[in-house]
Amino acid sequence: MSSIGQENNFSVEMEDIVLRFPGVLANDHVNFTLKRGEIHALLGENGAGKSTLMNVLSGLYRPESGTIKINGKTIIFNSPKDAIASGIGMVHQHFMLVPTLTVTENILLGLDEPKFIMNLPKYNSKIGELQEKYGLKVDPTAKIWQLSVGEQQRVEILKMLYRGVDILILDEPTAVLAPQEIEDLMETMSALVAQGKSIIFISHKLNEVQQVADRLTVLRKGKVTAEGIPVEGLTRTQLAELMVGREVIFRIEKHHKEPGEVVLKVSNLSAENSRGLPAVKDVSFTIREGEILGIAGVAGNGQSELVEAITGLRPCTGSICINGQEVANQSPRAGMKCGMAHIPEDRTGVGTAPNISITGNAIMKNYRQEPISNGWRINYPAADEHASGLKDLYDIQAPSVNTQARKLSGGNLQKLILAREISCDPKLIVAMQPTRGLDVGAIESIQNLLLEQRSNGAAILLLSEELEELFELSDRIAVIYEGELVGQLDADQADLNTVGMMMTGSLRSDE
Amino acid sequence: MKLPFRVQLTRRTEEIPKWLPLATSVGAVVAAFIISGIVLLSIGGDPLRVFGFFFRASFGSWGAFSDIIVKATPLILIGLGCSLAFRMNMINIGAEGQFYMGAFFASLVVLVPLVPMDSPRVLVLSLMGVMGILGGAVYGFIPGFLKAKFNVNEVITTLMLNYVAVFWNNYWIFGKYSDAGFQMTPTFEKVAWLPRLADLAKQYPVFSGITLHLGVVFGLVAAVIIWLILKYSRWGYEINLIGDNPKAAEYAGINIARNMILVMMVSGALAGLAGMSEITGVVHRLQERISTNYGFSGVIVAWLAKLNPFVVILVSILFGALIVAGREIQPSGLSFMIQGTILFLVISSDVLLRYRISIVKRQEEIA
Repeated sequence: MSSIGQENNFSVEMEDIVLRFPGVLANDHVNFTLKRGEIHALLGENGAGKSTLMNVLSGLYRPESGTIKINGKTIIFNSPKDAIASGIGMVHQHFMLVPTLTVTENILLGLDEPKFIMNLPKYNSKIGELQEKYGLKVDPTAKIWQLSVGEQQRVEILKMLYRGVDILILDEPTAVLAPQEIEDLMETMSALVAQGKSIIFISHKLNEVQQVADRLTVLRKGKVTAEGIPVEGLTRTQLAELMVGREVIFRIEKHHKEPGEVVLKVSNLSAENSRGLPAVKDVSFTIREGEILGIAGVAGNGQSELVEAITGLRPCTGSICINGQEVANQSPRAGMKCGMAHIPEDRTGVGTAPNISITGNAIMKNYRQEPISNGWRINYPAADEHASGLKDLYDIQAPSVNTQARKLSGGNLQKLILAREISCDPKLIVAMQPTRGLDVGAIESIQNLLLEQRSNGAAILLLSEELEELFELSDRIAVIYEGELVGQLDADQADLNTVGMMMTGSLRSDE
Repeated sequence: MKLPFRVQLTRRTEEIPKWLPLATSVGAVVAAFIISGIVLLSIGGDPLRVFGFFFRASFGSWGAFSDIIVKATPLILIGLGCSLAFRMNMINIGAEGQFYMGAFFASLVVLVPLVPMDSPRVLVLSLMGVMGILGGAVYGFIPGFLKAKFNVNEVITTLMLNYVAVFWNNYWIFGKYSDAGFQMTPTFEKVAWLPRLADLAKQYPVFSGITLHLGVVFGLVAAVIIWLILKYSRWGYEINLIGDNPKAAEYAGINIARNMILVMMVSGALAGLAGMSEITGVVHRLQERISTNYGFSGVIVAWLAKLNPFVVILVSILFGALIVAGREIQPSGLSFMIQGTILFLVISSDVLLRYRISIVKRQEEIA
């Protein structure tokens, strides 16, 4: 059925949008349409211009040229408020909630109501009705800090629905969720669409797009490469090709390698979380040269604390030996001196300093050594040279090495971290969620970099919530559940089912 | 009623040109004088005459200019110390106390005395310098240590320690070291005076009455050293890294606790040196109110200079001029008004660096 002439079929029409950032054409004459009642996936690599386009639609940026029509009417937004008034609401990747306030209070925040008296029970029940209608379960009287990430996301969605939004933009909503929470979100999205809302779904994950989206638009380097094509009938390979612009091989080449000497030996390691509760309980394992040990687990089962203890960022009990050298409960430097590299979970909060240049970030681990340092001084020409070497070698997209780290896209930032860590020629790499939130192209190159280090004889501890990734990369897989290792398996003998059951605590195998 | 146009702020996404921060700061100072001029007009003054007088009173003669530099000297040293600490996000507002402690420690050389007063001048003054630095550093160590070990808020500790230092100083000048019961010590021996240009008046009559003393050289040398540290040294890199993201710094293996203590000590040492320079170069004794709030003005100087060591010198001179001219003008609050307006406008001019401001006609929007 053709829809020519039925203009009001579209709730959003963006035509010829152009927006420039220094050195980058972020949106190059982009067209985008959203039909009423559909889920439209917006795909693209990191830095392809997806977020920019959606920031234009939600009133955060003003395009240099181009028009936006909402329900057939041309509109200019001056602020996100204008966009919300036109029924467009965005749920950002990083939630904008006040942790110490309740769900209801957060939803009401910034509205003109209540005028004077906080009649919370009245609003609680109003929000309850809204939840009922769309199947978004979360206790309105709970404080935000008590909620899981998935629940917090529901609050963000409720916030938009309460403001009467018809068009929802979800910016990589699944990046922070556990597998079960992703299922719930998918159901919510279907329910919302069934009630007449339209959804723009930004994602990197091709399987999710296939599962839930009706149509999709692909951006590559600021340009549209596929405009509003139906998802049905597309294969994953075709999708990946549209995104990256070349064929992506999903199978990774992993050569068999006989593991060597023990590099990391962790025995009876225990650690507490920031609230003083036991988070890692009596964990023991070893990793050999040229071996990848993958640790599977649902988020929040002690993975972060385990990594922090091993890398010297968190106090612990027990023993951590790197090539025979005890490093438990010492500074992060002790591990670094033994050849440990660390790819932290939080790229922006821990892995880099946002307002410091690429050079400054690239020398974080080796600024004490020749040739970057000579005595008390840092040799900045040498540091710049080192950084631009890494930039070229690892294909980090940025105008120059003087660019601040916060201006890099997620994938490029991760490449910078990996480049820095690998350039120190590590004996042991501790990598937590190294590919989270990245596009297929970046994932492919990061995974290959890790495998290359494995071939070079590095021992690798890999923590990931992507089971597929763990199965593809690891030589052995251990499962962590409530701070304990509940099983260790050889990767070629492990199957998804067993690991999945161990992750939920319904099976354990003490060898 | 709606205006036919609207002011719109758009976040700057592009790299800002290098000249813009300077232009907005200078523009803010000019705007501050314009606003002050309007206030003067409204109370019946003649702004042009007042500003003319202002200018002559501060830059009109070598004598006046030398007075400005003398006032600027402690501000330079304190402003540099604060800049260094602020770079690491250590909010040291205890320079006032560190200044007093530096002055007190330096005075001990003469008051105890630590060396015979017939020793060479170089020895006495060097020792006083070392003692001043030590006094300030020790007094900076306390809040630094408390912050590093027990996470005690340094804003509170440094602020409170200011009062302690003032009273500590009073205790000694009212008691043991009092000059015949007055709240001051006897005037120091000449060996404990920093050389002044006026000392050279015999050979060069132009210098007669010029009060400029060697302390300004301390300030200039310190500015160069701090600049070198921040721009080229490993420590400077660590300070900037900790200031930008302490978690990343910890991850990079930097000992944050040690750096907190160290930066507070250096910051205190500079304020202590300012105290030493003030008593040996200007008052020549330890007394009450040796600082006219230099410690607090230094904080403002550091922010106005955007933590840049060389800009600290320029801003200190501007503040010195306001202090000197302020003495000559009635009502005397005038220079404080201008100072406050400058501060307010320079700090708010930051908006221009972060946002692009445009005026939008309402008609265009309706379309």
